[in-house]
Amino acid sequence: MDSRALVMARIRRALTDVPRTETPGEVPVERTYHRVHGDRTAARTVDLLAENLADYRALVHRADAPSSLPALIARLLADRGATSVAVPPGLPGSWLSDVPDTVRRVPDTAELTPHDLDAVSSVVTGCAVAIAETGTVVLDAAPDQGRRRITLVPDHHICVIRVTDQVVDSVPEALERLDPVRPLTWISGPSATSDIELDRVEGVHGPRTLEVILAGPESAGQS
Amino acid sequence: MPAFPQAADASTRNTQLRANLRHATHTIRAKRAAAVAELDDWSRLRAAGAAIKDRTLRHLDQYLEQLESAVTAAGGQVHWAADADEANRIVTELVRATGEREVVKVKSMATQEIGLNGALATAGITAYETDLAELIVQLGDDLPSHILVPAIHRNRGEIRDIFTEKMSQWGRPAPEGLTDAPADLAEAARLHLREKFLNAKVGISGANFMVAETGTLVVVESEGNGRMCLTLPETLISVVGIEKVVPTFQDLEVFLQLLPRSSTAERMNPYTSTWTGTTDADGPRAFHLVLLDNGRTDTLADTVGRQALRCIRCSACLNVCPVYERAGGHAYGSAYPGPIGAILTPQLRGTQSELDASLPYASSLCGACYEVCPVAIDIPEILVHLRERVVEGGPASVRGTRTVIKPAKGHAAERAAMRAARWALDHPRLLRTGQRLASRTRRFHPRRLPGPGRAWSDTRELPKVPEESFRDWWQRTRGGSGTGSGTEGRKKTT
Ligand code: SF4
Repeated sequence: MDSRALVMARIRRALTDVPRTETPGEVPVERTYHRVHGDRTAARTVDLLAENLADYRALVHRADAPSSLPALIARLLADRGATSVAVPPGLPGSWLSDVPDTVRRVPDTAELTPHDLDAVSSVVTGCAVAIAETGTVVLDAAPDQGRRRITLVPDHHICVIRVTDQVVDSVPEALERLDPVRPLTWISGPSATSDIELDRVEGVHGPRTLEVILAGPESAGQS
Repeated sequence: MPAFPQAADASTRNTQLRANLRHATHTIRAKRAAAVAELDDWSRLRAAGAAIKDRTLRHLDQYLEQLESAVTAAGGQVHWAADADEANRIVTELVRATGEREVVKVKSMATQEIGLNGALATAGITAYETDLAELIVQLGDDLPSHILVPAIHRNRGEIRDIFTEKMSQWGRPAPEGLTDAPADLAEAARLHLREKFLNAKVGISGANFMVAETGTLVVVESEGNGRMCLTLPETLISVVGIEKVVPTFQDLEVFLQLLPRSSTAERMNPYTSTWTGTTDADGPRAFHLVLLDNGRTDTLADTVGRQALRCIRCSACLNVCPVYERAGGHAYGSAYPGPIGAILTPQLRGTQSELDASLPYASSLCGACYEVCPVAIDIPEILVHLRERVVEGGPASVRGTRTVIKPAKGHAAERAAMRAARWALDHPRLLRTGQRLASRTRRFHPRRLPGPGRAWSDTRELPKVPEESFRDWWQRTRGGSGTGSGTEGRKKTT
């Protein structure tokens, strides 16, 4: 007997107390937990997202005014002294329009190796969805986010959230919007560890600085 | 491996260890209570979590078949391992087939359970642990002592010394003049490990969840080393216990709320990664899933003990356990320390060895572990059940075959058990903690706990207290007939 058959046989023998006719659906799972915790206006949900992101030490910025987003992104990269920036293939062109040409654009292509990325200062992406209750942004490797590695290896990640249509309240609402077939990365604050005497230290491996921009309707555009 | 009481006796004399543990467990415990209190539907989430796992376990064969097809359809390859040796063999062959001699690993209790690193080393393959705490443990040639913070028994000075002495033997040396500031230590680890990540061709992981419906695997972590191992290598091998499957993608909404709050007391852990087979040009090109039995089907066969397979390894039970707090993780002699270890290890491995027979006694039955468990595993119930098995024998499944275990009469196992019980009685402070919790909770309803239990009882419904306190059990099993000593090797008298 191969091991698959062996393990299956063991499982079936182990479950002799389960009636042969029972279907999984007959084992009750009550989903009486909340879909959303509390009752909030849309504006309040965005505020909560900002609070929870900041609580986990992400740096939160707002770009409400029309066209303020490119200027903000340019300033954040400059403040950081970024000399190069990784760019997902589907990033709206306007987002980097104020970034001077002296900052090298590194397009996310299949040829880009981890070593190449290690030499890149920053990365700018959009996101798939953001969860207010937990302060989480979720990336799903869509064209405005690029492959998983570009938001992993550079030390500085700027992530833009469109507040009009990308913010949800809760984890159940987020899952419902996501496609499980895509590789998902849920990010809540920058990389952190508490392994040394429980002192929280930001950043062991992922980007040590996470900047999140909450972009209002006019500034973000629809990519 | 010494039985629990000897090991615990040694560790309780280590004051540094006890101080570290006490600090850790109390800190995490208080934070956890606050994180849980934020959700007023916690008890419902908990019930749903338990129910989803029960549904899965009662139909495990079906869900595993569904998982297998989904993973295969998504470009992954599924392997089945009946025991540790087989799993190690499979992984070793998979690594060999890549031609690589080095692998990077994300922290995984399953691979620790099967001793994978040792097996790989025998085959000439070096496995690098990349979780900061696991790195500290590995460089220190040591064993993890906590599920969540495996190196909690080490303090910063020790860590600095370990890094300074050992890093160069494994790769990039520690920077000159390394201080013991946590930020500097983390930076040294970052540089040391980055070199490994950027060159890694093979990654090895576990998984927190596997979704049957979609074939999606989930890893929940903080540091980003998980993302590195799951993203940069060309080949990814995940070793996962068969009980980690959940039916649907939607079910993650329950566990992604329960796990981070119970574990690190966060609303959400910094990183969660999911992957479904392979994705073109994004992440590993080859994905292997090794499904591990290694005693899980024997646990499944036990209708009382089965619930232990619901465990999502959050470590909340460790942080409230008065026995764990004093004994430390090493005393449990397996990958699984604390209350969950006391019930899982003797079920996975059987109760034949002295150590495993003593584990069900490594508890004061105070019930705090049950109270905090996010999937409502009735740990005290299983402990009492396993004690009976040790002392009286009875039906059990051993490597898939139903047998009747003989009572451990006059055998080393019973001696170990009795010694463990006496060890607990010889540590009256420990026993008092347990009993105080139990008796108070029994008397007042609804109730609050005194002392350290206060923080969590303030915000929570309190547990059903185990019917039998430790002392009652002691009275009962020793016959209450004044045969208080000299009972070594004696069978239970009632
Ligand atoms: S037994 Fe419960 S509390 Fe303990 S680690 Fe498992 S899930 Fe967490």
